[in-house]
Amino acid sequence: MKTNFSTRTIVATGLGAAVFLVLFMYVKVPSPVPETNLQIAYGISSFFAAVFGPLAGFLVAFVGHALSDFISYGSPWWSWVVASGISALITGFCSKKVAPAVEEGVFGKSELISFILWVVIGNAAAWIVAAPVLDIVMYKEPVQLVFAQGGVAFVLDAIVSCVIGGILLKAYASTKTGRGTLSKDN
Amino acid sequence: MKEPVIVFDHFGFQYFEQSEPTLHDINLVIHKGEKVLIAGPSGSGKSTLGSCINGLNPFAHKGTITGSLKVGGMETKDASLFKLSAVTGTVLQDSDGQFIGLSTGEDIAFALENDLIPQPEMKERVSKIAGLVGMSNFIAQNPHELSGGQKQRVSLAGVMVEDAEVLLFDEPLANLDPKTGRTAIELIDEIADENRAVIIIEHRLEDVLHRPVDRIIVMNDGRIIADDTPDRILASGILPGCGIREPLYLTAVRYAGIPVTEEDRPASLETFRTDLFRSRLQSWYEEHPVRKEKPAGRDMLEIRDISFSYDGKRQVLDQISTVIREGEMMSIVGRNGAGKTTLASVLCGFIKPDKGSVLMYGEDLSKYSISERAGYIGIVMQNPNQMISKTMIFDEVALGLRIRGVPENEVTERVHDVLRVCGLYQFRSWPISALSFGQKKRVTIASILVLNPKILILDEPTAGQDYRHYSEIMEFLKKLNENGQTIILITHDMHLMLEYTERALVMSEGKLVTDQKAYQVLCDRELTERTNLRETSLFDLAEKCGISDPEGFVECFIQYDREVRGNED
Amino acid sequence: MKIKTFSYDQLDTFVHRLSGLSKLICFLLLTTAIMVTYDIRIIAGIMVLSFTIMKISKIPLSRIRLMLVYVFIFLAFNFVLTYLFAPEYGVEIYGTRHEIFSFGGRYTVTLEQLFYQVTKFSKYLSVIPLGIIFILTTNPSEFASSLNRIGISYKICTSLALTLRYFPDVADDYNQIALAQQARGIEMSAKASVMQRLKRMASILIPLIMTTMERIETIANAMDLRGFGKHKKRTWYAAKPLNRSDYLSILVCVVILGVSLFVRFRINHGIYWNPFI
Repeated sequence: MKTNFSTRTIVATGLGAAVFLVLFMYVKVPSPVPETNLQIAYGISSFFAAVFGPLAGFLVAFVGHALSDFISYGSPWWSWVVASGISALITGFCSKKVAPAVEEGVFGKSELISFILWVVIGNAAAWIVAAPVLDIVMYKEPVQLVFAQGGVAFVLDAIVSCVIGGILLKAYASTKTGRGTLSKDN
Repeated sequence: MKEPVIVFDHFGFQYFEQSEPTLHDINLVIHKGEKVLIAGPSGSGKSTLGSCINGLNPFAHKGTITGSLKVGGMETKDASLFKLSAVTGTVLQDSDGQFIGLSTGEDIAFALENDLIPQPEMKERVSKIAGLVGMSNFIAQNPHELSGGQKQRVSLAGVMVEDAEVLLFDEPLANLDPKTGRTAIELIDEIADENRAVIIIEHRLEDVLHRPVDRIIVMNDGRIIADDTPDRILASGILPGCGIREPLYLTAVRYAGIPVTEEDRPASLETFRTDLFRSRLQSWYEEHPVRKEKPAGRDMLEIRDISFSYDGKRQVLDQISTVIREGEMMSIVGRNGAGKTTLASVLCGFIKPDKGSVLMYGEDLSKYSISERAGYIGIVMQNPNQMISKTMIFDEVALGLRIRGVPENEVTERVHDVLRVCGLYQFRSWPISALSFGQKKRVTIASILVLNPKILILDEPTAGQDYRHYSEIMEFLKKLNENGQTIILITHDMHLMLEYTERALVMSEGKLVTDQKAYQVLCDRELTERTNLRETSLFDLAEKCGISDPEGFVECFIQYDREVRGNED
Repeated sequence: MKIKTFSYDQLDTFVHRLSGLSKLICFLLLTTAIMVTYDIRIIAGIMVLSFTIMKISKIPLSRIRLMLVYVFIFLAFNFVLTYLFAPEYGVEIYGTRHEIFSFGGRYTVTLEQLFYQVTKFSKYLSVIPLGIIFILTTNPSEFASSLNRIGISYKICTSLALTLRYFPDVADDYNQIALAQQARGIEMSAKASVMQRLKRMASILIPLIMTTMERIETIANAMDLRGFGKHKKRTWYAAKPLNRSDYLSILVCVVILGVSLFVRFRINHGIYWNPFI
């Protein structure tokens, strides 16, 4: 984990959580699974995790999700809040490779692969392991229920994270390429 | 001589990511008690110079320093950001970005919190400083309840609370309406005293000179090209050559062919020795009769009795009615929060008015969806980054067509056409990131124009732009307009309104206060006072020179000025 | 959508006067007390307490109606799902079986299942008012300083304060950008495929992220210039000192948590209270 938590990272964490929160609360895209939505916000947390590291990613998702629960339900469903944080935390492990490249304007195949790999690991750890186990331990929810929910969440959130996160990383990297030796077409 | 607080000695600075130095061979001394204006076009290095003084360079933005810069006796390259920022308090141009606290009190206290000042002392110091900037009654307010001018006062208090020796203002006028900007300049003047140096970085020279400054430092291409008293700098006439606009009254005097010297005291209209040339100005006016303008076009868009409120209590729009004619280029002006942007949102169908309707050639637009409506009225947002979502220019402009299912060969044709109109054709395969701000702006305009809207609305098209970019963007819009495009500009820039639009709608507190010729608005002292605008200095000049019809003089100047600009390209 | 700030109401009640720190501690203590138990007697007790505090803090029902609707939908959904996935869970827990009636197949309604689900329902419901009270009576800036005082790094607390500060601005940005992109034709129609929907969403998010990144640079500069991070600690303008009623409230909550734990380990010998044997 990054030991020097620079001012820029702190600000990015704070604003990232604000973006996460806005999307988590207001933006629901219907998914193919009935009665569920694609949580676009996970694309944001994975983007911030990849650019600013695991701790920033964790906080973006954890704080964003917790505040959203506070505002809409009065009290957070902690097991899922923690799981959200874990998915972004683990996604953040790709930042060692991805972050410096993106800041230089590069988001190529190897960065994309590393990103997707950690997104999938992170989401698996969060939704197939952490969320169901915490639901059982903390809330004594029925086992079959929580694993079914976790499985659906894993698939949907991993897809959102990869697609939205990937597109955002690519777009962000492209703003970092300066004026090169471009020539005008006539 | 007073104590020097900033000493540049053969100083240069180069950002790590750039191949060329941004600053070359800077030699400059600023003393305590001095008030200095640093002017220059964007890219001249004036902001970089400021960042070298407050320590952002090289500590937050890496780069290499050559030569020496001493601030408060410290050699900056051996100091730290904390040490330097304690000597120099900086007020940034983005007052929302600088307002970090959740309330006025907290924001003012931010530096004290970081300095481990105990709470009781902190409260005492905050309330004292808040009084100094006139914010005592707003200590508990959150930033969303404050106006732009109030937020800027809070920012100022937030840096003054540390008792800095240098106060640095980075483009303090950029986001303020004219009257608020004037008040800001007065406030800066009031807090300037013998114990500190005040540095203002701005390209809006006329507005800064509302209160006297000791020196103007002109920068261009990373070098200081002039460092002298305002009178001498203005008399020398070097400013327009560096892309800085002279005060309008001075431009008018030059148009009349009157030579200006330092002794004429041109730095302010109050001191300007107009008595030396008033008859010559008068005769110039008489020699240039005002021409009849072109006849108004057919009625196009009718705004009928629009009212809107977010909360059911405060009317953001209050019974607005007007007609927009074919081929017009007009402006909607008024202070921040007067309802200009809300009106635009209603026109574009983003929000439904509580009452009233919008008719295009008699057809009610309310039946159309937001995206269908874009074929009638298109809006370009203030910051191009708020709109750009593709990497390549062509794709960005094509987006709206592709999503509407237009066949690809037609897409290519239409995109190429619009890129030609916008002067971007040769860049069509470039990534957007390689463009300048003005070019990006044109990309966003192109991406809306490609949908063939009958009316194009632009929100603050030139905000934060220096004179050269301002002219570039506005001349482009003027050309579009001459080709028949109807354009509405939302702005609080008085120059823009005066120079480029015939007609102005003035809004205040959600009401349409007046609907008349732009120059007439700026010649009406009572009206400008009431709506946070400011009458033009041309009007004051005409009055001071005893011209019988000052309004006519302003109109005459505008026509003459348009001809001069038109001949430039 | 017009969001001003976090919906904090400035009133003068006992609850409002408490420091944010003690409210946070009480909130954590009480939610823990609920979390460690499945005993409906304790749950009912805390529920009564929660609603009483809500009364004291003068939170009008109109203020939280929408929240309650959401919570009910959520809990009802959970109620149904729980039954569908685990109709015999109650029997498994309590070890007895009192059948009431049957839908056929594996779906039988037992007294045990009903008791389990009602307990769970009230368990979740009982903490809702606590969260609502906490959010509506605590000054957001005081909240950040409270977190710092329970040992969380001030840098993280500041980042949280920034979230609260800039949330309305970001919501505004999102709104503006979404509308402008809609005008260009980007709509979330149900006909589009999932991939298409995500891609369209991305064309709203790209401008949002780019403007946010710009904002991050400005704010970071502004903070650096005002000495953020100069020391290992930091004082807080908005912190509220603790007084007697703060300590008293914390004490009461500690006792409640103690009771809950005592009942679990000494009386019920497990998380569930079993009235069936």
